[in-house]
Amino acid sequence: MKLKTLLAAALIAVSTTTQAATLRWGAQNDILTLDPHSQNHATTHGILQHTYEGLVRYTKDFQVEPCLATSWQQISPTQWRFNLRRNVKFHDGTPFTADDVVFSYGRIIQPQGTNQIYVSGVKEVRKVDDYTVDLVLGGPNPVLLRLLVDFRIMSKAWSVKNKSENVQNYVAKEESYASRNANGTGPYLIKLWEPDKRIVFAANSAWWDKIEGNATEVIYTPIKADATRIAALLSGDVDIVTDLPTQDVARLRTDPKLKVLEGHEVRTIFIGLDQFSSELKYSSVKGKNPFQDLRVRKALNLVVDREAIKRVTMRGLSIPAAIMVAPGVHGHSPEIDKVSPADADGARKLLAEAGYPNGFDFGLDCPNNRYVNDEEICQALVGMWARIGLKAKLNAQPMATFIQKIQKFDHDAYMLGWGVATFDGLYTLQSLVRTKTTGADGSFNLGRISDAKLDALIDAMKTETDVKKRDGMLREALVGTRDNYYYVPLHHQLRPWAMKKNVSTVHKADDRPESRFARID
Amino acid sequence: MAAVAGWLRRAWENDLAWSFRRSPVTILAAFLTLVCVGSALFAPWVAPHNPFDSATLNLSDGFTPPAWSAKGTAKYLLGTDDQGRDLLSTIMYGARISLGVGLAAVLFSATLGVSLGLLSGYLGGRLDAFIMRVADIQLSFPAILIALLIDGMTRVALPREVHDQIAIYVLVLAIGVSGWVQYARTVRGSTLVEKNKEYVQAARVIGRHPLAIMLRHVLPNVTGPVLVIATIHIATAIITEATLSFLGVGVPPTQPSLGTLVRIGNDFLISGEWWITVFPGLALIVLVLSVNLLGDWLRDALNPKLR
Repeated sequence: MKLKTLLAAALIAVSTTTQAATLRWGAQNDILTLDPHSQNHATTHGILQHTYEGLVRYTKDFQVEPCLATSWQQISPTQWRFNLRRNVKFHDGTPFTADDVVFSYGRIIQPQGTNQIYVSGVKEVRKVDDYTVDLVLGGPNPVLLRLLVDFRIMSKAWSVKNKSENVQNYVAKEESYASRNANGTGPYLIKLWEPDKRIVFAANSAWWDKIEGNATEVIYTPIKADATRIAALLSGDVDIVTDLPTQDVARLRTDPKLKVLEGHEVRTIFIGLDQFSSELKYSSVKGKNPFQDLRVRKALNLVVDREAIKRVTMRGLSIPAAIMVAPGVHGHSPEIDKVSPADADGARKLLAEAGYPNGFDFGLDCPNNRYVNDEEICQALVGMWARIGLKAKLNAQPMATFIQKIQKFDHDAYMLGWGVATFDGLYTLQSLVRTKTTGADGSFNLGRISDAKLDALIDAMKTETDVKKRDGMLREALVGTRDNYYYVPLHHQLRPWAMKKNVSTVHKADDRPESRFARID
Repeated sequence: MAAVAGWLRRAWENDLAWSFRRSPVTILAAFLTLVCVGSALFAPWVAPHNPFDSATLNLSDGFTPPAWSAKGTAKYLLGTDDQGRDLLSTIMYGARISLGVGLAAVLFSATLGVSLGLLSGYLGGRLDAFIMRVADIQLSFPAILIALLIDGMTRVALPREVHDQIAIYVLVLAIGVSGWVQYARTVRGSTLVEKNKEYVQAARVIGRHPLAIMLRHVLPNVTGPVLVIATIHIATAIITEATLSFLGVGVPPTQPSLGTLVRIGNDFLISGEWWITVFPGLALIVLVLSVNLLGDWLRDALNPKLR
């Protein structure tokens, strides 16, 4: 009798202990806000996707699959009907219905947020009944489903109760209940967020789907200092690090206790230039804006030695870029992404032609905790540009303050990285190149470029359903952006992740690890 | 000429010089200090490259190991950092900042401490009590904390560009304010002793102003220990500045000191580019150690009980 009870107790103990596993995840920077409609920031989206879901979501290889919507039909070229999933509850217990979708649409299009692109082209969201909504478009939209992945649904009742119907105005440093608390339908609840310290997630036992992995708790820790982050991984304080300092990757690959998951990211790092102001804000040149001259922009591009940056600063972990989208994005092709070797003499000649034989100085704003080696790349650029007389005054700051500064157009030149959530080139062109209007158009065109020919191409692309025609437009627009040197593309990032040997997960090229796939053995 | 030669000979035979010559450790320390100070002072002329001229940097030269290793070159004796800056030159320029801030901070500290000590000891009464209580309170805080506090407050109060320009002066102020207590207490003690001697009483009888008495009569007689404290304090000040720069709250990165260099190099330690952090660290150690040893010797040499 005693043996039986002992055996039974042992079995119970074993079976319960294998259920709970904590995944400790370390990365470089923290999220900006818990409000899913406020800032279009990849780290923030990567975290919030655990908690807030959209009508559709991506599979492991980036095909679209049902999420909060179970099926959809195209009633007319400009009207899509989505059938919503039943018996889904928000984390506070309230049920998910069509009202929440309509409310979230009204919220995401508010001008103080930067996520309008994810409902780009949608004119109206109509409730048909409690579990059916109609999306009315301005014109046919070939990438609608891909965009909707990041259109995250919030609870109307919860938002109204907590006075968060309005999207947080991040640039104005506003705080609201929704920016500090989360209530979604997703696989993990956010138990607490201590800014710049940690985010603690707990598995949602009432989730409508099944978590594939076994992480019942996830602790996300932002660790800015490279050496500290790697030391945390080596000492076992974190289980997985997704922001690997390039200098340590080679060493981590040979460590027997760890494994490195290779993969590239569809993110392009570039320098943006203020081409709108009549005078640069931080420059010695008065009365005119040198960046409005194509020869100056071409010189800036020509003197950058992308191969040296790849070899020395990135330790081989980058793909030098000539266009603004990375391999893997629809619209990219190796023949238009050919990088020419650095040419300092040619750049000097161009500058002299443009009337700046001795160069000039200007301000360069960079983040220092967001992209791989962001500050070091900017320092390298300062050196390269100084060789032709262009003295850049580097101002490196954490992403949270940097993004507020450049969104207020308070810059001459800035570094930014752009990932492509839809894996289609239109996403980049619409956000970065199209003339800024309200909503998604030009939402991150912070140099305020305005090219009518490219605008026409981009607008046509939004509704062109003929694939061949659309591909031609994509190519023309990407080449046009390249040949006008509106930006200084640097490289596309390679993004390996390192984790302990007993952790396995799926590498995602949008650099958003999904904890529901993580398995700790 | 003969007078100078005579003076030199007498200086050589002096007690102080004799004890200096006797100790090989001190001679070594003095030599090293001279090398450090000399290369720091004459860095713009002596350094093989100018690490702060962005136009001369070549990114492809980044991460070159020291000249004696396999991939090193004679062009960069101690190797280069991640931007292609020559490490030897950067250390020389960095030593400049470290030494400059250290010396200036000690000067500020000594002036402040000696003045307060003199006033406190000579005038006595409530002023004395007040100054000494302030000193006691400050002694309960670690010096680094005080320096951090002052630096932090200015960072918050001033916009970033203004702060970068005056960062060095703020640093000197911060380190200086954190170290005056030692001087004040020593000078106060000596002043209390000197105050009751006949020459001071005589000066008072003649009617000289107290300030004149303090400066002309008392001060020259209390500076002995101050010199010793100052020499050792230079080492402490340099280390404090290095600590603050290592933490990232010291000098701005456009004028890196040895502490900043150690911090920058730290990131590359795990991946194998050890020279970027080790050589500035070694330079710092050598500098501080030799100054410390010199200070030790001076204290022993000037101590009448050890003669």
